[in-house]
Amino acid sequence: MNTRKFIERIGEKTIDAIEEVGYHFSLLVESFYWLLVGPFVKQPVRLRNIFSEMMKIGVLAIPVVILLSFSNGVMMAIQGIVTLQEFDAESQVVPGIAYSVTREFGVLITAIVVAGRSGSAIAARIGSMQMSQEIDALRVMGIEPVRHLVAPIIFSMLVMMPILTIMADSAALIGGGLYTGIVLKLSLGTFIDRCFDVLVVYDVMQGLYKSLIFGVLIALVACSNGFSVSGGAEGLGKATTRSVVISIAMIVMADMIFTYFLSR
Amino acid sequence: MVVESESTKDESVIDVQDLVTYYGTRKILDQVNLKVRSGEIMVIMGGSGSGKSTLLRHMLALNQPAAGAIRLFGKDPSKLSAPQLHAIRQRMGVSFQNGALFNSLNVEENVAFPLREHTRLDENTIRIMARMKLEVVNLAGFEKLMPSQLSGGMVKRAALARAIVMDPSLLFFDEPSAGLDPVVSADLDELILRLRDAMKVTIVVVTHELDSAFRIADRILVLDKGKVLILGTVDEVKSSDNKRVQNLLNRKSEDVIVNPDEYLQRLTDDLAGL
Repeated sequence: MNTRKFIERIGEKTIDAIEEVGYHFSLLVESFYWLLVGPFVKQPVRLRNIFSEMMKIGVLAIPVVILLSFSNGVMMAIQGIVTLQEFDAESQVVPGIAYSVTREFGVLITAIVVAGRSGSAIAARIGSMQMSQEIDALRVMGIEPVRHLVAPIIFSMLVMMPILTIMADSAALIGGGLYTGIVLKLSLGTFIDRCFDVLVVYDVMQGLYKSLIFGVLIALVACSNGFSVSGGAEGLGKATTRSVVISIAMIVMADMIFTYFLSR
Repeated sequence: MVVESESTKDESVIDVQDLVTYYGTRKILDQVNLKVRSGEIMVIMGGSGSGKSTLLRHMLALNQPAAGAIRLFGKDPSKLSAPQLHAIRQRMGVSFQNGALFNSLNVEENVAFPLREHTRLDENTIRIMARMKLEVVNLAGFEKLMPSQLSGGMVKRAALARAIVMDPSLLFFDEPSAGLDPVVSADLDELILRLRDAMKVTIVVVTHELDSAFRIADRILVLDKGKVLILGTVDEVKSSDNKRVQNLLNRKSEDVIVNPDEYLQRLTDDLAGL
């Protein structure tokens, strides 16, 4: 009896998950439809909405992204130097930091910050609009909620995530460079020079590609959780938490998959 | 427009035919038929759980019927393309139960919102039109307040101003008097009547307030457990000898006849070891 229920439960959850992925995909397709076709059918995605999202998702996240990335750079320099000292290869810390920051950690930290900051905010905002019937109000006014709410978020993510990632990369390299400079008596200029020696465009691009994917993931997870809010304040809290947890989990897993394909 | 000529030909703005709908496996509406004529005030009444809000959502084309059909201005919304549906929706205005004002916009921006989205009027015209509608609902001078700063009655009036800003020919009210004191709610009733006379608009009101319903209605539809109990003018409903209608009008709760065996069965249902 219990085994049967257990298997049933697995089946239900699987169907739910597939349904959710399908819903994410339809949100994405619809958003692109409105972004590309909207202006021609007199239903454009409003620039005003896009700018306000860019402000919230991107500009306001800059300080915390830079702070965390800078700390991460310093941290990697500390660990790198300690580890490499065992092989008398401290000077190799520069390519170590340069590669891992541009390929992995810059974008990862950016994505986690954006998921925590904007993902939760988006889910909460759309969720409370759902609860107060504002979404219904949009619909009966003849305004597609996806065009009005989701498309600007997707677009802003696509623009702001790469920009934030480049900032994060720079902050981390400067952090790593400063610490290395103090410990190994290497000037920041030399550090940056050596970074540019080892890095190729592809390393940086690898991070930027990922940032696009992560941005879209965050937006879709947050929006779909927001739209699915039901059951009052408790439901809203659940949806907000769920959107952060799921988007961070998806980011890390997607990162692993992409790294496998991009880095070998 | 083609839609216009069809609706004048047929007189009925909304045509609900044998509507059936489910929530999960629970039947919410069962064979509901309703024609709303042009220019009338139709009040949909019923207790909570009677399906009146669901019927409203169907008439707003927010829900899809499981069986039966709905026609708005002679068109079936489920068979329309998105732009056609948008065109029909621009002829409808809705005042939601709790207003559903956009919390991030102030009162004037809320009222101006449909104009900004659907028209290419210049900024000044839009603001003047928004203020005209705020005058209609007696909210002049409150343009710059945010929805959170308004009282319950003001929220409803602002929502009404937003609902009528596109000069709709069909107007919906969901529980207009819910959460309002009797005086404010009577004011709102007067406003609804005044709008109908001034704008020649067809109005559908969903409410459970008897006084309000009798005051404004041309015809009343009473729903009970998803079925139409009665559909008629105020006098017809008042003089109906249907027991359930009278119970509703006299605010009497339903007599529940208890069968001891069934009662025991319900209590012990799905308990182990019995």
